Amino acid sequence: MDNLNIMIVGVGGQGTLLASRILGNVALQSGYDVKVSEVHGMSQRGGSVVTYVKMGEKVYSPLIEKGEADIIMAFEKLEAFRWVEYLKAEGTMVVNDQEINPMPVIIGKAKYPENIFDTMRDSGIKLQTIDALSIARECGNIKAVNVALIGLMAKSTHIGREVWQQAMEEVIPKKLLEVNVKAFDAGNQR
Amino acid sequence: MKKLMLGNEAVARGAYEAGVTVAAAYPGTPSTEITENIAKYDEIYSEWSPNEKVALEVAIGASIAGARSICSMKHVGLNVAADPLFTVSYTGVNGGLVIMVADDPGMHSSQNEQDSRFYARSSKVPMLEPSDSQECLDYVKEAFEISEKYDCPVLVRLSTRIAHSQSIVEAGERMQIDLKPYVKNPGKYVMMPAMARARHFEVEKRMAALKQFAGETNLNTIEWGSTDIGVITSGISYQYAHEIFGNVSYLKLGMVYPLPDKLIADFAAKVGTLYVIEELEPFFENQIKKLGIKVTGKDLLPVTGEYSATLLKEKIFGNTREKAYTIDNQSPMRPPVMCPGCPHRGMFHVLKKLKLNVSGDIGCYTLGALSPTESMDTCICMGASIGMAHGMEKARGREFGKKTVAILGDSTFIHSGITGLIDIVYNKGCTTVIILDNSITGMTGHQQNPTTGFTIKGEPTKQVNLELLARAVGIERVRIADPFDIKEFEKVVAEETQADEPSVIISQRPCALLKSVCYEGPQVITDKCKKCRMCLKIACPAIVDKGDRIEINTALCVGCKLCSEVCSFNAIEKAGDING
Repeated sequence: MDNLNIMIVGVGGQGTLLASRILGNVALQSGYDVKVSEVHGMSQRGGSVVTYVKMGEKVYSPLIEKGEADIIMAFEKLEAFRWVEYLKAEGTMVVNDQEINPMPVIIGKAKYPENIFDTMRDSGIKLQTIDALSIARECGNIKAVNVALIGLMAKSTHIGREVWQQAMEEVIPKKLLEVNVKAFDAGNQR
Repeated sequence: MKKLMLGNEAVARGAYEAGVTVAAAYPGTPSTEITENIAKYDEIYSEWSPNEKVALEVAIGASIAGARSICSMKHVGLNVAADPLFTVSYTGVNGGLVIMVADDPGMHSSQNEQDSRFYARSSKVPMLEPSDSQECLDYVKEAFEISEKYDCPVLVRLSTRIAHSQSIVEAGERMQIDLKPYVKNPGKYVMMPAMARARHFEVEKRMAALKQFAGETNLNTIEWGSTDIGVITSGISYQYAHEIFGNVSYLKLGMVYPLPDKLIADFAAKVGTLYVIEELEPFFENQIKKLGIKVTGKDLLPVTGEYSATLLKEKIFGNTREKAYTIDNQSPMRPPVMCPGCPHRGMFHVLKKLKLNVSGDIGCYTLGALSPTESMDTCICMGASIGMAHGMEKARGREFGKKTVAILGDSTFIHSGITGLIDIVYNKGCTTVIILDNSITGMTGHQQNPTTGFTIKGEPTKQVNLELLARAVGIERVRIADPFDIKEFEKVVAEETQADEPSVIISQRPCALLKSVCYEGPQVITDKCKKCRMCLKIACPAIVDKGDRIEINTALCVGCKLCSEVCSFNAIEKAGDING
């Protein structure tokens, strides 16, 4: 296959690291070369965070460049907006319908952009949105937001259900597995 | 078995396979996970040391005692450990000694972007640099062989994108390495002038031998492709270069010091245009130019920030990839913030109210310098807050001193704040030092330290008593206060800053991210709210100004109730169950 480039963007603390672990595991099991580049340390503290997952025959740089992402999975709307330039023409933007105000907005120095989804659709972006928080809540744990989002994102890949299942089993602690698998399927069926 | 591993995790695996039995470190992004992962191997004794200097000394002791040992730190940590580094270069080793140093180009989580390759050159210690996780594992093992064969410590340099990228690793078995005999050898291990003079000759002989080794080792490899272009590179830059140049010829340096002069000259002679691609300083470039070889490098590429394929393409070929989508969006920045429930928030609220000068330090609380808290005036390096506050007082007089506090975390205080505290007592300062005791090392992701009462493996141990420690060095005014009891905290800070002698306030409340910390859960703002906006002043990311109303984001709020503390109208109360 050609390289599959997935970016996971969000706000530090939203669980993007777990999502990248699941994706990395999926690539490994599918027999691809893979690199996952994460952010640790200061920017994790509620800042804008980005994780790159690249898989294919051979991966050199762990970073995805502007215009190279097949899928951008955004945990938060403003973060989807921020990283738009990284999407390929035929790429898909998968966005959690959640707003987390950054500090400049909280203190009134900036405005949270309006109509983010419409603006993206109007510029021709293939957009899939999901209220992952509600889904996670329905499944019984709001922390399953990330996996609900992965469930939806999985539809834009050619990777089979069983591979996702196995990756979740590898990465997610046993006692949280059931609620997460439920959230994955709920996201996947949207 | 193939596994996906962070570079740091692969380093830990390499240490395990190399038969290491002692590992010491002080946490620092992007190096922290090396030792966190080593701690998972029961065959290796591991520890968080109070700072990098001690960590290296522990590793040196273990080496001289006959064990293979490893010591890990971030780039600025090597400044702290530089003193033992320069002299262990003279003594050499007994068991292999490897020093991991992780640079942070782009400063994702650092205060500068120094290039630690210069330490290899100035301390005369060989340095390796892997370019993916598999090489992290392999090079660490190779570093131990070099260390023992050439009787020297070996530095292994990582950068953020190597340390914090996962790639596929084929793990192997642990080597059975016996402890070497402990031999008393003052001529080798007691570095006083007469012995050190003799050892310096050994160092020079060793570096000559290592220079020859650099030309023979398969750590330095040539990948032949088209010879129109040749690229000399190392580490993550090799990966970026491959993305943009494709099938050209590469000399990939796995050993970045000393350099293989002849190999470089031979390679240069066979290629057309020769590029040197290296992040940060022209470390290779200057050495290669000195060989009389013409190269293209920093004339096109910056010495600042981190590289990427896009940056290389832009600077070298003058073009960029077409972006598919450009939205003229005015996305507001999202700088990092203190977490909801963070105990530092209460403290900063008080410091701001009292309009104090604040000499700051390294940790999560450094974020207190940002808008809207804006309550920290300076930050230089670990532990510097105390000495700097003292210097400010000595420069501007006692009245200024009484409007100044030093703030630093528990782990930072142990790392290198204690000596500053002794200084203000000894030299008759009146600074107030606030130690932010949140029961953990926060910013690097929750490591134990000497004040927490637990070891790296989570075993209970003696706990440094900060109050008694402060008293023991001569501080007579030591107070303990809860930063969430804002009124009391303000009273304590006001009293202590006014005192005509040095004082210590231990601001005590655990980090909200600790599993043991359980607040009552999300709060909501009721219709008693008068929209006075007082709660917004504490700058909690969970409290949102919606214009016509103030709202609490229940997905973020932990229920620390600091906002209730500042609300005069009792308008904040517990929300219903958010899990539905």
